[in-house]
Amino acid sequence: MNLKPETIEKIDKLVPRYPTKRSAALPLCHLVQEDQGYLSNEGMEWIAERLELQPINVQEIVTFYPMLRTEPTGKHHVRVCRTLPCALVGAYQTCRRLEEELNCKVGHTSEDGEFTLEFVECHADCGHGPVVMVGEEQFNDIDPDKASELAAKMKSGELSNGMPDA
Amino acid sequence: MAIEEQKLIFKNLDEPGYSNDIDCYLKHGGYEQLKKAVTMKPEDICSEVMDSGVRGRGGAGFPAGMKWKFLDRKSGKPIYLVCNADESEPGTFKDRQIIHKDPHQLIEGMMCAAYAIQAKLAFIYIRGEFFQGYRILERAIEEAREKNFLGEDILGSGYSCDIIVHRGAGAYICGEETGLIESLEGYRANPRIKPPYFPAALGLYQCPTIVNNVETLCDVKHVIEMGGKEFAKIGTPGNTGTRIWCVSGHVQKPGYYEFPCSAVTLGELIFDVCGGLKPGRKLKAVIPGGSSSKILRADERFTGKLKDGTEYDWGIEDIPMDFDSLMAVGSMSGSGGVIVMDDSTDMVEALANINYFYAHESCGQCTPCREGVPWMRKVTQRMCDGHAREEDADLLNSIADQIAGRTICAFGEAAAWPVQSFIAKFKDEFVEKAREQATRRKAGQNPSKETTLI
Repeated sequence: MNLKPETIEKIDKLVPRYPTKRSAALPLCHLVQEDQGYLSNEGMEWIAERLELQPINVQEIVTFYPMLRTEPTGKHHVRVCRTLPCALVGAYQTCRRLEEELNCKVGHTSEDGEFTLEFVECHADCGHGPVVMVGEEQFNDIDPDKASELAAKMKSGELSNGMPDA
Repeated sequence: MAIEEQKLIFKNLDEPGYSNDIDCYLKHGGYEQLKKAVTMKPEDICSEVMDSGVRGRGGAGFPAGMKWKFLDRKSGKPIYLVCNADESEPGTFKDRQIIHKDPHQLIEGMMCAAYAIQAKLAFIYIRGEFFQGYRILERAIEEAREKNFLGEDILGSGYSCDIIVHRGAGAYICGEETGLIESLEGYRANPRIKPPYFPAALGLYQCPTIVNNVETLCDVKHVIEMGGKEFAKIGTPGNTGTRIWCVSGHVQKPGYYEFPCSAVTLGELIFDVCGGLKPGRKLKAVIPGGSSSKILRADERFTGKLKDGTEYDWGIEDIPMDFDSLMAVGSMSGSGGVIVMDDSTDMVEALANINYFYAHESCGQCTPCREGVPWMRKVTQRMCDGHAREEDADLLNSIADQIAGRTICAFGEAAAWPVQSFIAKFKDEFVEKAREQATRRKAGQNPSKETTLI
């Protein structure tokens, strides 16, 4: 398991803060996923060993929480909120436009590995729907035309993949 | 004329030049209430909170002072405080504003509450999608630690408490307090059976635990500032303090608006505060307290008696925005998420959208919910796909009736209420959907229309 030194440092600082080691399981899943892009079997086994758990204990968390992934995403991870408040102001049309522009079906990764397009549930910014996230960066009021602009910026490289250290 | 907001929690956060760092917060009188709190007796703070009458802002509206009173202080076990910042009820977006723009208000409120209940350790359970909010809180906590507002021997009081920010990972059920606790312990967020697992007695690590919403904890700061009795003068008896109404959907100016409880009616909120509907549109329905609250139809008439005996006869626009009035009309103020729908809305599609959400979010622990909610989703999806049947409305109702009240946590109700209320109020549209599709099918056309909400 090749974790970056800064990830190891974060993990070593975080684990002793919790009253029990097991409480650090979800945070460690986040940290390993951020480091590796996803949670492989090796990653889950590593977390289990670090927290003195069985690998199944980690796997049952990973398979429960929607944000944890067992496969890598495309370079740009695009999430479109489809819950009612966003849907009422056109989230489905926004997503259809993104499917066309990115040449990627929702729920899939494009063949060139550039984009993963996903529907997600309410991101708690319903006054600014449709809400779209690229990586960890959020974009508000994304109607289909703004979705086209966003797609163009991702394709031209003008917009980063929205990850903090990218 | 637009109605003026009266802000308490959101007083500063959108003011020009107001920033989320500790220096700005201190300039605006920040942490003065914590300084005051640590000179008070913890039990006196608890009784101020009790006097304030403040009710939980997360959804259930349970009095916070009462919740604190249930705390088992004699067990000898450590006490924990958990801030529920898993804001995920569709239509609600108030906690996000506090976390992003005024994190120190939350930290101050939390430390006041932690001191009052003598918590050994406090957690903020923040939803995983708030990447930026997480970083802001982490920084704010470090700033507060440097100034000794948290950590060891806070402000020389001898009381010590730290805050850990714990990130969720996209599961709605973590907003349920016992599910949240399971998640904090490093398990799947399967809610626990109450009794015996009332958090105030057997919470985190089987220790006494208080779980409060972000907005509720901010209220604690203001209760200390004003005194419980003075705080209780805001709003009406039983509905004290301000509420932040988050308005979304088909209005001209969606957004968050803070008013004393009962100060505005639903009609004033939609038509005056939010600028009304889009041009040429008429109001069709409102979901007043997050997507799990029961829907209200625009032409309904609500009559009956309030808890205090007052008779009421309201149209939808006359309903005062507070806990008890919305409960009286058969819905709830929940988390304050007001979702407005105009006459362009297809109610079958809207319900299909809601069912999709709840089917996605069921934790899978109780059979009626795990099996029933996806079944309801399938029925409404099939209806939108062109295969609606006239008897579907009754089928949906019968499934919903077999979920509510038969599950460990209130998610069962949260998933059943939208279905029950949509069918009760818009059944004709569900039946009409089937007839329309049959007509089109007979005419050799595609029975389904292009959908916009699912």
